[in-house]
Amino acid sequence: MRKYFDEIRQIAGNVVTVNATGVGYDELAVIQSKYGESLAQVIRLSGQQVSVQVFAGSQGVSNTDRVRFLQRPMQVPFSEDLLGRVLDGSGRPRDGRSEVTGKMIEIGTPPANPVRRRMPDQMVHTGIPMIDVFNSLVESQKLPIFSVAGEPYNEVLARIGLQADAEVIILGGMGLRHDDYLNFRQAFEGGGVLGRAIMFIHTAADPVVECLMIPDLCLAVGEQFALQGKRVLVLLTDMTAFADALKEISIIMEQIPSNRGYPGDLYTQMARRYEKAIDFDGAGSMTILACVTMPGDDVTHPVPDNTGYITEGQFYLRGGRIEPFGSLSRLKQQVNGKTRDDHRAIMDACIQLYALCRESREKRDMGFEMSDWDRKLLRYGVLFEQRIMDLSVNIHLFDALDRCWEILGECFEPAETGIRRSIIEKHWPKQDGKPQPHAEPEPAQAEA
Amino acid sequence: MNARIVAVFGNLVIAETDGRVVQNSLAYCVRSDGVRLMSEVIRVRGQLADLQVFEETRGLRVGDPVELRDEMLSVVLGPGLLGKIYDGLQNPLPELAEQVGFFLQPGVYIHGLSLDQSWDFTPVAEPGDVVLAGDPLGAVPEGEFTHQIMVPLAWRGEYTVEKVTAAGRYTVEQEIAVLAGADGQKRAVTMQQDWPVKRALNVSRRRLLPTEPLVSRVRIVDSMFPVVRGGTYCIPGPFGAGKTVLQQITARHAEIDIVVIAACGERAGEIVETLRDFPELTDPRTGRSLMERTIIIANTSAMPVAAREASVYTATTLGEYYRQMGLNVLLLADSTSRWAQAMRELSGRLEEIPGEEAFPAYLESRIAAFYERAGAIELRDGRVGSLTIGGTVSPAGGNFEEPVTQGTLKVVGAFHGLSRARSDARRYPAIDPLDSWSKYSGIIAPETVTRMRRLLRHGSDVRQMMTVVGEEGTSIDDFTVALKADFFDNCYLQQNAFDEVDAATPADRQRFVFSKVAEVVETEFRFTDKAEARRRMFEVTDLFRNWNYAATDSDEYRQWLDRIDQFISQAQQPAGA
Ligand SMILES: Nc1ncnc2c1ncn2[C@@H]1O[C@H](COP(=O)(O)OP(=O)(O)O)[C@@H](O)[C@H]1O
Ligand SMILES: [Mg+2]
Repeated sequence: MRKYFDEIRQIAGNVVTVNATGVGYDELAVIQSKYGESLAQVIRLSGQQVSVQVFAGSQGVSNTDRVRFLQRPMQVPFSEDLLGRVLDGSGRPRDGRSEVTGKMIEIGTPPANPVRRRMPDQMVHTGIPMIDVFNSLVESQKLPIFSVAGEPYNEVLARIGLQADAEVIILGGMGLRHDDYLNFRQAFEGGGVLGRAIMFIHTAADPVVECLMIPDLCLAVGEQFALQGKRVLVLLTDMTAFADALKEISIIMEQIPSNRGYPGDLYTQMARRYEKAIDFDGAGSMTILACVTMPGDDVTHPVPDNTGYITEGQFYLRGGRIEPFGSLSRLKQQVNGKTRDDHRAIMDACIQLYALCRESREKRDMGFEMSDWDRKLLRYGVLFEQRIMDLSVNIHLFDALDRCWEILGECFEPAETGIRRSIIEKHWPKQDGKPQPHAEPEPAQAEA
Repeated sequence: MNARIVAVFGNLVIAETDGRVVQNSLAYCVRSDGVRLMSEVIRVRGQLADLQVFEETRGLRVGDPVELRDEMLSVVLGPGLLGKIYDGLQNPLPELAEQVGFFLQPGVYIHGLSLDQSWDFTPVAEPGDVVLAGDPLGAVPEGEFTHQIMVPLAWRGEYTVEKVTAAGRYTVEQEIAVLAGADGQKRAVTMQQDWPVKRALNVSRRRLLPTEPLVSRVRIVDSMFPVVRGGTYCIPGPFGAGKTVLQQITARHAEIDIVVIAACGERAGEIVETLRDFPELTDPRTGRSLMERTIIIANTSAMPVAAREASVYTATTLGEYYRQMGLNVLLLADSTSRWAQAMRELSGRLEEIPGEEAFPAYLESRIAAFYERAGAIELRDGRVGSLTIGGTVSPAGGNFEEPVTQGTLKVVGAFHGLSRARSDARRYPAIDPLDSWSKYSGIIAPETVTRMRRLLRHGSDVRQMMTVVGEEGTSIDDFTVALKADFFDNCYLQQNAFDEVDAATPADRQRFVFSKVAEVVETEFRFTDKAEARRRMFEVTDLFRNWNYAATDSDEYRQWLDRIDQFISQAQQPAGA
């Protein structure tokens, strides 16, 4: 079989079409141009015409250049040597060190058989009360942080990455600013986890096709470690950049967009990646935390919207805090029943009271009269925001629960919290020496 | 091989042939390593056949051979379907895991029924009987059911029974009868038969108007927006509003013979929950494991998208098959939007002229045809069977003004719309009581339902007004209406899915609780001020909540009921008495 083909018929966007035979769908190719070599991937076969997306972009590719097909799909070397390394979207080192050696593994492989999944049941402690108490993160969960530019989402991601006690941490950077990359590096170094971290980095300055490869590279490597029994944590930032790269290619391929220019298979493409999060029955696990920036702070934008339908919940990061409303961990009920007997009660009561506080604030802002009850709620809201919601708070779950009790004790009579009697008797703070209440209890129920 | 690949684009393959091609027939694309990828012919143009491949097309080349077949995409029907977990093409997933391990592997297919298991066959037909398609020839016990072995449903015309095998244990491949057609030709019958999934399976005397309530034990559904056996309904809602949980509790508690769960293009983890839990749970009606009445079709979001499109039809066909035995079947599809998106992806690759949001122009007719496969039917011997279909819809941006929701609302009999506001406030199930509707009547008299809906509407209007004029600008009467509406919502419409008792309310209890709730609502309270109104209504809400958590007829149940009755009679006493 011929190795080189040089009849390039079309160059458009990052897609090059060449006449060739014997080429497999999804196969890898190398384009040699005056400016060097680039990997490319087959994305369409039509008769003699083979369309490839060029990783380095098509700039500088001429219609007289040569294309060589590698007869295999995209692969990445897998071995322990990956730990501590930084690679790019083509799988090449970007840390100035030598090529990684190891067994070559395919990326973008078939999904796990659902019957080989375990029910996840291990809580991941992050030290962030808004997560640990109210929306617990669970090993093998796939969970994005929904945010907007300017919010410290990468910091939160790095922080969880450090706290999470994973055996292998894999960072996938897409459209990352170089500063952010350095910050991650520094954070990992400072946290002493660099030796068990792997970074696949695509920066905003790199070719867009390489961005598309990042999640698959991270997940293929992570999956192998998980199959060896390891607990793997994959951090992906920013998945909106990934979706935008998909959009770009699909438009070049003249696919009919479904919604704001995004391809009709956006859901499928993202789901195939996120669904790699898994707790294997009989091996390790892979947890995926992602950042999704919401263009225009609009959660109905196709990227956050499709993400929300795929992932097991979401954390809203807004105003430097994780929002209690809208944030959701769909797996929390798998773990929060067996942490401490007051966990679920605190989780419900604190949020319901905070919701009532917001209503009182609205009433106040409209100029309506404030009752005693309103004033209690307003006080509670301030304390809750300072001592629990603030992102600088970094304490263990049990300390966070105790702190919630303290706040409740400072603001309310026990019966006002709506918490079951048996839990109150066990946990209500005693030191304040207040007499047991007999005042008219105003039950803590949502009313609107 | 009678065709060759000329193009590959995603899961679309174009093959060229000089032979015969049948629309919607099966084809196999043969990879150079010999792996055969199952596909379906979806368009024929001259000598070109467009195929949707049910697998990843990685590695296929131009020039690779394609095997075109005559038969359509079919499922195998027979004893042993119950309790199974299949992918969208009816491959049993546990068996696949045994054969190929942790991951699914393209081109590995396993027969849908066990060929080793033998079944306890009892003949019912006798030589000389004249039979038609669907008539019983014998029966085998399958779990709690009598599985009818029927004259193959696809056979046309009359047959005379030549021979029926004696009672005994047989596998699904063994002959259990020989029938002679009008042309004298003899045909053997086994316990298994095939049916093409995209063709509705309905061999009956007539279709009936569905009227029998399907009790789901979810109060807001059964009492306010009922579903009937043989009817259709949909659950649209934004992500996280509770569509999947609502279907899971329905699958668990519904008063129905068989449940088919089609996990279509959503999370694999959710189906793992079902398949780990159900074998451990007992069906209170039969005392047997819930799994014995359940079939799971799991074609989750990471699995090939063309098989996702097929999975909904696979599930429907299995449901229709059990309906042919006079059973009541419930099909729960989560989510029909993913099925519609699979159609959209393919339509895009075929470069068809797109409709709204790039969905194909035939989207609505496909949705209609799918729900039309539900229905109650009367069999030839007078027995009645039913297939009820409930589908979730996942509208983009949570906005119901989109093609899949709108196309579905045109054809279903009930609409359970989930609202973001309700789920954010943790008012579960988050079915919006103001927007939802049902064309069926359920276990509560329609006039009463209408009265309660009016209360909810009125209460919501008052709340609206209060945001403008404040509590101080609202009359005590209006304020009381709002509190009564909240009371009805809090202690009847909302239901705690994670409480053992409250999670499922049987029909009798629903009727009784409903009547008590109505008594409270119809009481003319004479509150002196708003604080008293609020306090009293909170008090009665609390009583009802606790009552809901008490097991039927337990001591606790009676105590709470007593206190409720006291509350009502006190409130009804004339002033000053
Ligand atoms: N009936 C319910 N009772 C309590 N919690 C619920 C209920 N329905 C949904 N939830 C909560 O909401 C989360 C999301 O529900 P789910 O059904 O998965 O949403 P959807 O399928 O609409 O995206 C669940 O994980 C659970 O925490
Ligand atoms: Mg769901």
